Parts: sequence; C-alpha cells; structure tokens
Amino acid sequence: MFKDVTFGQYYPSDSVVHRMDPRFKLVIAFAFIIVLFMINSFAGYITAGLFVFVCVAAAKVPVKLLFKNIKPLWFILLFMFVINVFFTRSGNVLFSFWILKITDEGLIKAVLMLIRIVMLIFFTGLLTLTTTPISLTVGIESLLSPLKKIKFPAHELAMMMTIALRFIPTLMEETDKIMKAQMARGASFDTGNLYQKAKSMIPLLITLFVSAFRRADELALAMTARCYNGGEGRTRMNPLKVSGVDYAGAVMTVLFIAAMIMFNYVHVI
Amino acid sequence: MDNIIEVKNVTYRYEEDSKIQEAALDGVSLEVERGSFVAVIGHNGSGKSTLAKHLNALFLPSEGTVIVDGIDTHNEEAVWQIRRTAGMVFQNPDNQMVATVVEEDVAFGLENIGVPSPEIRKRVDEALETVGMTKYAKSSPYHLSGGQKQRISIAGVLAMQPKVIIFDEVTAMLDPVGRTGIIETAKKLNKELGITIINITHYMEESIDADMIYVMNDGKCVAHGKPRELFQRVEFLTELGLTVPIATQLAYSLNKAGVDIPCNLLTIDELAEALCRLK
Repeated sequence: MFKDVTFGQYYPSDSVVHRMDPRFKLVIAFAFIIVLFMINSFAGYITAGLFVFVCVAAAKVPVKLLFKNIKPLWFILLFMFVINVFFTRSGNVLFSFWILKITDEGLIKAVLMLIRIVMLIFFTGLLTLTTTPISLTVGIESLLSPLKKIKFPAHELAMMMTIALRFIPTLMEETDKIMKAQMARGASFDTGNLYQKAKSMIPLLITLFVSAFRRADELALAMTARCYNGGEGRTRMNPLKVSGVDYAGAVMTVLFIAAMIMFNYVHVI
Repeated sequence: MDNIIEVKNVTYRYEEDSKIQEAALDGVSLEVERGSFVAVIGHNGSGKSTLAKHLNALFLPSEGTVIVDGIDTHNEEAVWQIRRTAGMVFQNPDNQMVATVVEEDVAFGLENIGVPSPEIRKRVDEALETVGMTKYAKSSPYHLSGGQKQRISIAGVLAMQPKVIIFDEVTAMLDPVGRTGIIETAKKLNKELGITIINITHYMEESIDADMIYVMNDGKCVAHGKPRELFQRVEFLTELGLTVPIATQLAYSLNKAGVDIPCNLLTIDELAEALCRLK
C-alpha cells in the first residue's frame, strides 16, 4: 500500500540548476517571491515570466510536473480570482447583475493576481524538484547558522528534519503493518461515517506513537554511541561548495531584481 | 595478558533504590584480551545487553568499575574517547540509521568527531569496501535487506577505527542467510584488522569459533570458558534456557545412550567424522 512512496518531489537529473548550491537556490527563490509581489507594471510581468521560463528551461524539469503543483490549489486560485473580479469597484463596468459588477480593472487585476500566484507555485516547485530534501536541510542549516549566536538551534532543527525524513518510510510501513494486524482481528477503517472512521484510527495512532517513542529512544542511544554530541565541532563528508553556476545564478537574479526595480520607478510601458 | 576491557565486580540497577528492583547486573566480572573474539551468551533478560552498554559508557556501573583500553568509564571527560575506542552495533537496523543515503549514514560518526572532509570520504569508502557494500553507497537504506542494513551499521562503526566492536544481538532480527553473513564479517574484522570483537547473542552457533565464552544468567556471569570445554556442560546450559549447537547436543545424547563418541564436538563436520570412525 505505501511501498513505493517517494516523499518530497525531487526529480533526478543533472542540470545546472540541480548542481547549484542549495543555499543559493533558497536565497534566489526567497528574493524572487518578494520581487514578485512588488511588480506593478506590464513589463515587470513579462520579465518575471521570462525569468521563470529561463529557470525552468535550465532545470530540464518536465513542465507537466510544475502544473501538477497547481492542481491541489485550484480552489484557492478560483476563490482569489472571484474575489478580485467582484470586489474591485473602480474602472469601467463591463457587466452588472443585481449587486454584482464586473469592471475591466477588476478583471485585469484578477488575471494578474492569478499569474503572480502561478509563477510563485512554479518557482517554489522548481526549488523542490531540483533539490533533494536532505540538501535543502543542509542549506537551511547553513543559512540559519549565523543565528546560532543568539541561541537559535539551527543545527538541531536540521537534524530533526533529517531524522524525520529518514523515518517517514519506516513509519509508513509500520502503519500499514499495524492496520493489517488490526484488520485481521476485525477492526475496520473504511466503514461508517466520518466520526466512526476517525474513532477507528485511535487504536492505530496509539500503537504507532508507542512504537515511534521506542524507536526514538533506541535511535538516541545509537547516536550517542556514535559520538553524536550536538552541532559543535561537526564536519561534513560533502561540504557545501559554491561553484561558477551559483555565481551565474546570483548575477542573473541581481540583474533581474535591478530590472524589476527600474520598471517600478520608470514606467516604461 | 593484555586486556582491552576489564569489568570488575559491576552491579547495575535501573532504579537507584535497590528495594524497587533487582539489580540488572549483579557483581559481574570479566576480561577481554586484546585482539580476541569473545561471545557473551544468555537468554532474554539475563543482563547481557545491559552489560554490553557498560562497555562503551552508555551505562555507568552503580558499583564496581569498567576499564576500556586503560580508561575508567566513570571518567566523564574521556567518554567520547571511550566511545571511539569501543564501537557498538545494535539489534534493530532501522533504529540506528540516521541518514537517508547509505554513505551519509556511514559518515555520521566521523562527522560527529570532526574528521576533515577528504579523510571522511576515504574512510567511508574503505569501510564500505570492507563490509562489501560499496555498490550500495548511493542508495537509500530503506530498500535494503536486514543483513545489508546491519553491514552498513558495521561500516559506520568501522569507519571510526575502533579497537573494539560490540555486537549487541546484531543478528536477532535477521534471517539465517543474513545472520551467517554478519558473523562472517565479524570474524573477518577480527582476523584481518585485529579488531577485538564482543558478540552478545543468544545463538550458540555464533559462539563456536569464539576465543572465550561468558554465560550470563539473572544478571550474573555464571560460567566462562573456551567453546569446546563449555559446550560439554549440556545439562547446565539447557537448565539456563540455552540450546547448545545441534552437533554437540546429538553427540551428548549418543554418548549418554552408550555410544563411544566424544562429547566435545562443535560442528556437523566433526560429528560426521567421529561417527564414521565408529566401529
């Protein structure tokens, strides 16, 4: 049932984007998101679209996978579109019915909002498609490490994420086993109304929690036996390395941001 | 005699108050010679796992002392030194792996003790080579068999270049094929690399080739000796809930039934040979 679970959505390939340092990718994605919400010109949208297009092309990721990310969010997108269309009162009225009015300005605003959100989903999707969960974790740890000075547990956070990722398949398999064992003794997980279904999950969850705590205990002991002593003085087998690709990406992003700021102040179109 | 581990009169209680619980270890003493292969056998709850955890300072004795390579485990400053000297592999392969990639997991211990990156790379590759798992270096441990996972755990300990490796019921969750593989690996580490091995187990077959066997029961070390001497005491071992190797058992029964056959046989081959020599 859970056998072939692949968590995260990493798409293995050997593109330049895949080879980039996770720290650069994280910072670029973050910068892009901020810039995206500052766009106020038509040229801005074109440039942002072009930027996304170049990144997707460089990553050699199937566009189909990017669209897959939008699917679960279609309702929110629709909701935002509708809100923008009906609640913008300014502009020329194109259509009116009862208290509802659709204006040309509202329609444009809604479409642009939609484009923004889709670009956002595409870009963050690109990040997770081209970076393994582990290297994302390493990247986050490294980016947050200056905060260690103010006692922020950057290493501990990253270690927790790593262990969580490591145990997802193990616990899924275990859930499957417990469910089957309980079903063999007459438990039923898929009959009855929502309340009954939720109730039948309780014995499953209790068993799972007990086992997870036991595993945690053993793992802690094993980590101690292997000299784990927190993040202090730790080294890495594969330390993060900045390469030419990263600088190229950084320069491209800086140029992009510069262009966006220019568009905002100097209205070209 | 050069002993790498000395356990002197160790008593251990999980609860400080002796009235609440019986001692898990009760006056245990044993010595492990440098470079030897030692087996500690006993049934469930005999205290053998508790003993194992004293050998790398995971547990500290309530009474008595444990000395590892000349260092008392009570010495708090030396605790990481002790754990580097005495590595440990645990029973459940799933609950001792930290990383989602095999080689990353093998590197874990080395990263903890701050070995420089190129050196980690080198030692990880060597350790994987030694346990014969090089071709799985980049795969996810989740898809491997129990025996393969345990080999990776061994590689993780081996990479830290310990002088002693403690196997704490490493084969308990494995199928017979996996079990044989792990024991072969342990013997290889002992013979070729000179690492002292302490195998804690309840499978008697695994201790046939050991240099010394210690038998645990109810928190006490009740007997020790070389396999050939110890296994002759079939009745004594059976009483403790331990089953002697099948060849020894058969030889013992035949001997009792009046067949002229020695009792100190350990393997099927030896038994077959002895039977063929019968007139």
